[in-house]
Amino acid sequence: MRYIDPHIHMVSRTTDDYKRMALAGCAMVSEPAFWAGFDRSGPEGFRDYFRQLTEYESRRAALYGIRHHCWLCINAKEAENVELSRQVIAMIPEFLDRASVLGIGEIGLNKNTRNESTIFLEHLDLAARTGELVLVHTPHLADKYAGTRMILDMVASDRRIDPARVCIDHVEEHTIRAALDAGHWVGMTLYPTTKCTPVRAADMIEKYGTERIMVNSAGDWGHSDPLAVPELIFELKSRGHGEAEIRRVVYENPIHFFSGCPRFVPPVMS
Amino acid sequence: MPTRRTVPQVLDRDFLEIRARMLDLAAALDRIDRASLPSHQTPDQRLAQIRSGLEALLVPESDRAETIQRLFSLEYDPHWSKRFELPVQSGR
Repeated sequence: MRYIDPHIHMVSRTTDDYKRMALAGCAMVSEPAFWAGFDRSGPEGFRDYFRQLTEYESRRAALYGIRHHCWLCINAKEAENVELSRQVIAMIPEFLDRASVLGIGEIGLNKNTRNESTIFLEHLDLAARTGELVLVHTPHLADKYAGTRMILDMVASDRRIDPARVCIDHVEEHTIRAALDAGHWVGMTLYPTTKCTPVRAADMIEKYGTERIMVNSAGDWGHSDPLAVPELIFELKSRGHGEAEIRRVVYENPIHFFSGCPRFVPPVMS
Repeated sequence: MPTRRTVPQVLDRDFLEIRARMLDLAAALDRIDRASLPSHQTPDQRLAQIRSGLEALLVPESDRAETIQRLFSLEYDPHWSKRFELPVQSGR
């Protein structure tokens, strides 16, 4: 089955992964800007990163027949540095007219601090002023519930932002309902141990349905699986769910959400 | 996308895995019991979380996973935006 991985950090993966993903049916990926595993020394490091995302990575993916899109921001972890964050946010518009860019992301919270919240609001302001889609990272483990509620408060407080143009990512059992009820899209991240396993994601799809739900691997430089979406497809098939329902989650829903970006050209549906 | 399976069908597929995970959990609790507790140390809050989680598993409701997630989560402060002095309406 052809699928889309709407959240994966391919700059951290090898070319072999592109080949395995292509063999497994991956047609498209979208790559949010994220933390590199270390704090960058200044704004020019982000300029190079944005060039890598918008120029180089799409060519690498195309060698394997995979379409590559991306999102731009300064991640929640480095957002603790407000001065650096403002310099990066000021730079983002230089890249927003590039064809592969889908919007602003993955913005969000990490430890739910005042500085992170300040920069989250300034990213939202940029998205509102430029009419961009928004992809939101929610915090890890014990911080996730409170951080997700704070994020929902902030998005709802900006009346210029249409909730249907925002995806709340990394939802789990205790955050999915609030994000869907607020009118947002949600992403479930399939990780081998933390976040959400393919089995638990299948449980949540059975409970909440397929509307406004996407699944992703969030594969990066840490313990993660770039073939996690096919794992979910296998799990749903083994439970007796039909191809059309599964295809909606792993292919049609990402296209529906991405289509809110005026630069995005949907693939011809077969 | 409701489940299409019967209880026996779920158990046919998942019983051995559930059994294995229960054994892992039982062994982990035994491991904690075998370990020594430093004298003059207050009880570790994480033990209370684990105990609450085990009790929650026995409640016959359909949202046990959500309950466990909340047990291991920090509380949401509805007044957080006032505390941070940010122009956000919180606590909806």
